[in-house]
Amino acid sequence: MSDSSVPGNILAEAEEEPQQPGGTRRMVLNMGPQHPSTHGVLRLLIELDGEIVAKCEPDIGFLHTGIEKECEVKTYQQAVTLTDRVDYLAPLSNNLCYCLAVEKLLQLEIPPQAQWMRVMLTELTRLNSHLVWLGTHAIDIGAMSVFLYCFREREEILKIFEMFSGQRMMTSYFRIGGLALEPPRGWQKRVTSFIDIFPSRIDEYENLLTNNQIWIGRTRGVGFIPLEDMLDLGVTGPMLRAAGLAMDARKDAPYTSYEKFDFEVPTRTENDVYARYQVRIEEMRQSTRIIRQALEGMPAGPWKADAPHVVLPDREKMKTQMEALIYHFKIVTEGFRVPEGEVYQVIESPRGELGYYVVSDGTTRPYRVHMRTPSFGNLQAVPKMVEGILIADVIASIGSVDFVLGDSDR
Amino acid sequence: MAEKIDILGAAGAIAKGLGVTFKEMMSPTVTENYPDEPPKFEERFRGSHILQRDENGMEKCVACFLCAAACPADCIYIEAAENTETTRISGGERYAKVYNIDYNRCIFCGYCVEACPTDAITHGHGFELASYNTSTLIKRKEDMLAPVPPGAHAPVIAAEEAAAH
Repeated sequence: MSDSSVPGNILAEAEEEPQQPGGTRRMVLNMGPQHPSTHGVLRLLIELDGEIVAKCEPDIGFLHTGIEKECEVKTYQQAVTLTDRVDYLAPLSNNLCYCLAVEKLLQLEIPPQAQWMRVMLTELTRLNSHLVWLGTHAIDIGAMSVFLYCFREREEILKIFEMFSGQRMMTSYFRIGGLALEPPRGWQKRVTSFIDIFPSRIDEYENLLTNNQIWIGRTRGVGFIPLEDMLDLGVTGPMLRAAGLAMDARKDAPYTSYEKFDFEVPTRTENDVYARYQVRIEEMRQSTRIIRQALEGMPAGPWKADAPHVVLPDREKMKTQMEALIYHFKIVTEGFRVPEGEVYQVIESPRGELGYYVVSDGTTRPYRVHMRTPSFGNLQAVPKMVEGILIADVIASIGSVDFVLGDSDR
Repeated sequence: MAEKIDILGAAGAIAKGLGVTFKEMMSPTVTENYPDEPPKFEERFRGSHILQRDENGMEKCVACFLCAAACPADCIYIEAAENTETTRISGGERYAKVYNIDYNRCIFCGYCVEACPTDAITHGHGFELASYNTSTLIKRKEDMLAPVPPGAHAPVIAAEEAAAH
């Protein structure tokens, strides 16, 4: 018979199937790649038995951009711009993971201010990503106004990113060895005013959704998948935490001085769409806590590592000192050599466990960059999650996965 | 019915949600009226490039090719030429005879600005680059050069004047 691992064969199988005695036949529905609820170009082949999903096969790869391969022809510093475009809703998380991996190979020590700044900005990224998720997830289920309020706050975060890096989304703000630019004047005021108002905004979203009977009816008990299956399929992040497993790379394998921050890993045990919603809302509150701690305890000092062969010199030095100018020319034209070796670095991105596997052959360009992206792992749970439930609940279920197709196809 | 809906609770939740809606109705709007009003940018916003001049009207670019080397998208094309007695375009030894940026490829990452040792290339706040014809997106040096500061001569004109005398 046909190979069921190839998407599309579900169609042929359904046609081969003999008609049932009652004159009924299973229908195959093509959901996507342009379906609004897929938030990207995901194609779901759904075999329907009446209104019940009998079988589901996700077909991914429409957004394949060849970023992993492209990294091999860029210098280490240039590849940072590519990592922005992997998960375009959490660019700074990807920047951070790649930089940490290369810094591990280079054995660079990052000054405390850069580390804390990285924590603060990746937590803002988490808020940004969760706000997009909450807004679009709610609009899929039919709550329009939540979307508007979420995007209003997201706009503030994007403006903070623009203030720091000059770009709203493709920031490239974290570089190997620290930050790209000195933190801008007045950033404390800007972030403080956002953090002061944000908890009350989370209350607003909760007022709109948490006790709303329609929201509860659409989400509670929907999208269940056993914890063992999740672990087998490689699901990570808020989905896993909504099933009761407090797995968080920020706690389990602290990076960028996360061990100095006081925060909790929220968990729920219901393991449905509603629990995932609750976990993410609570995560937003915890992120706010981390950002406040980073704001109040931000250490002073340099914002990039003291490594003249890797980090571009200060502009003033470059214009006045010959040695700095020579380093500047060398780093820009040929990059820096990274010692031979391989490294795997894991961080907790808004979507789950994000890993970068970087292999160096001792030259100025990476030999191989592989991304273990959370969206890809989480998407594997979709068929298990939606088989046997109503077609209308498929929307809620795939919304609760919170995938980014750029992240899964890369 | 299998499960009983708490009617009072449900009504309370709806009232709470509508409370948010009414509160937001009274609060000021945050929308920017973009085409009618100019959009607001942060100081560091990375828009279309500007090639700077020094206070004498000379071009700052000395054709060192660092921006082209730093560019991850390979979108900068430069042809260098020597400054001579009669043609002085830049403050250094060489100047960029041709300086093209292909905005089809540019990703506005700011690496060229970081790389430039003479602060010749900077990001402006221009962003309305959309075009029906991709060939118009290759900007030439003349399209990107900053205006000549008041009281200074544009270098090309100065050279032409010298030739005329």
